[in-house]
Amino acid sequence: MTIATTYNEDQAQERADSASLTRPVSAQKGTASGRNRVLLGLYLLFTLLPIYWLINMSLQSNQEILGTFSMWPQDFDFGSYIKIFTDPSWYMGYVNSITYVAMNMAISICVALPAAYAFSRYKFIGDKHLFFWLLTNLMAPPAVFLLPYFQLYYTVGMFDTHIAVALAHCLFNVPLAIWILEGFMSGVPKEVDETAYIDGYTFPGFFIKIFIPMIRSGVGVTLFFLFMFSWVELLLAQTLTATNAQPIGAIMTRTSTASGIDWSTLSAAGVLTILPGVLVVYFVRNHIAKGFALGRT
Amino acid sequence: MSWMVWTVPTAVFFATIAALLAGMTVWQIVSPTVERQGFLPVPTTRGDRFFIGLLTSAYIHLGVIGFTTISIWLALVASIAWMVVLMRWG
Amino acid sequence: MNKVENNKAWFLVLPMLVLVSFSAVIPLMTVVNYSIQDILGNSAFFVGTEWFEKTLNDPDLQGALLRQFAFSFTILAIEVPLGIAIALLMPKKGWQASAVLILVILPLLVPWNVVGSMWQIFTRGDIGLMGYGINALGYDYSITSNATDAWVTIILMDVWHWTPLIALLCYSGLRAIPEAYYQAARIDRASNWAVFRYIQLPKLTNVLVIGVLLRFMHSFMIYAEPFVLTGGGPGSSTTFLSQSLTSMAIGQQDLGPSAAFSIIYFLIILAVSYVFYIAIMNMQKDKVNTQGGA
Repeated sequence: MTIATTYNEDQAQERADSASLTRPVSAQKGTASGRNRVLLGLYLLFTLLPIYWLINMSLQSNQEILGTFSMWPQDFDFGSYIKIFTDPSWYMGYVNSITYVAMNMAISICVALPAAYAFSRYKFIGDKHLFFWLLTNLMAPPAVFLLPYFQLYYTVGMFDTHIAVALAHCLFNVPLAIWILEGFMSGVPKEVDETAYIDGYTFPGFFIKIFIPMIRSGVGVTLFFLFMFSWVELLLAQTLTATNAQPIGAIMTRTSTASGIDWSTLSAAGVLTILPGVLVVYFVRNHIAKGFALGRT
Repeated sequence: MSWMVWTVPTAVFFATIAALLAGMTVWQIVSPTVERQGFLPVPTTRGDRFFIGLLTSAYIHLGVIGFTTISIWLALVASIAWMVVLMRWG
Repeated sequence: MNKVENNKAWFLVLPMLVLVSFSAVIPLMTVVNYSIQDILGNSAFFVGTEWFEKTLNDPDLQGALLRQFAFSFTILAIEVPLGIAIALLMPKKGWQASAVLILVILPLLVPWNVVGSMWQIFTRGDIGLMGYGINALGYDYSITSNATDAWVTIILMDVWHWTPLIALLCYSGLRAIPEAYYQAARIDRASNWAVFRYIQLPKLTNVLVIGVLLRFMHSFMIYAEPFVLTGGGPGSSTTFLSQSLTSMAIGQQDLGPSAAFSIIYFLIILAVSYVFYIAIMNMQKDKVNTQGGA
């Protein structure tokens, strides 16, 4: 599963040679980089506009939203945010979401670490098929599992609890964690393990005291991904809960009533769901690129 | 377990799959597989061919059920024959 | 890396196996059980393959499947080249690199239903910037009545939402190229295109296969975004597989047919991901072999 990246001068030279054969002309650097910035700027504008509009809506009152079309809030109205932070039926949605996401992160990382180590270090009967089976769970549409999950958790009395959602999200988060961690672990030379065993470490001692600290950036990035995928998933979270553990995404549907949609509150709630992700991504910004390549570049 | 609404056919189905998997494991321990190239476009091990066989068999069954009026037992026979061909020459 | 043959490794995988079995194998078995029975409350009748027959010949579901494939291939055709282009444009070092990185990631951090709400607001003719803008230009834009508008908007939303994934994968692939490669190219005065074609693109193949696999699979389970944005409409023009399945299972409580549908859906996913998996594995094998030989 490793994509080894031993770097090779000859190969570089060879590639460069073949490159120069086809087109020996050099490019004009200055104008190109200016154009690049404009293009990147345009893409970032495309990325930010819908988000800006959501923030814009969240800071207007409903009368202003429906009354006049304005590019920015005429008079800032924090009413929607105040409503969300003072009404328990609103802010408990965030608490519920964060609770099951945290539970899921803890469970997933604990079972994924040893499993990823096994995949990165050992050959065993059925290893490739087991890995593929994990992959299929990552790819499985949650909709397929909706009915049996509902029945299963209802039968064992876990319906409408945080742990039910946390366990259900393990379906795709555990395979994802194993995939990313396996990539990072394969980057650690096997000599590290061997030296530690010679020094008299037992497996658990070595694993916790030496190995995990060595791949801590990988663990950090994995935790970020676990957070992200559990935080954004809604279908399972919404189906497995009713009132006690209802995620914020489900509570947001309340803004649409018979008398119309409460745009301002909907926008404010939406803005507040983006913030935790932005906070988390800040901590792993230096390693995140590697994480997106599943630790193997 | 009652919520899982087991029936005899599904129980037989899963028991067969489980038995086949166990059998493949024992076979692997007794005589480890060697990767080889057959008529499939990629080199495969015994386990790979087994999995490809199961997956294609599922599609054979679906095709027969959905788009023909042939008995499902014929599909089963065809699948087993295909399985044997695949394991031997795949 | 040479792996050691050791079947004790199974003990390390065991906790994971128990957990994932609980959340994957047991439900899947249940789906199979449902799919051959007619379940009404507490009584169940054995119906054999009837649900499969019905599902495979249901024009609504066939339509959803075709739309699903059309959607998946369209977004791949847009997102992959765009993602590569953005990765090439992103600054490589300094504070700008971090800042651009975080801005590019933003759409991935938005919960899926909020993506739907955000675009619903953004594209409304009365209060949304995009809807208002297009209407002001003289085109009568409406995602609730015009199927083409709805399609274009959903594709635009998906491009907005998921291009960052491809871009970041490629960005990390590009960062792994040693500086010596570029130096060699500069000495030989290779053109930008040649650098891309012969140095950058070969290095990107690996991450791109992973990216295409993830994107294809995620697009195959797309649910919340179109559900919130268009509700599958107008008509059923933007109803994809997950939404048909969910409305059948939760909305109509048709356990049997939706279980049969689930199994067919799952088999499609299984076949496609197996092909990709084999491709990834063979690519890695080739790579190890050529490196061993070099």
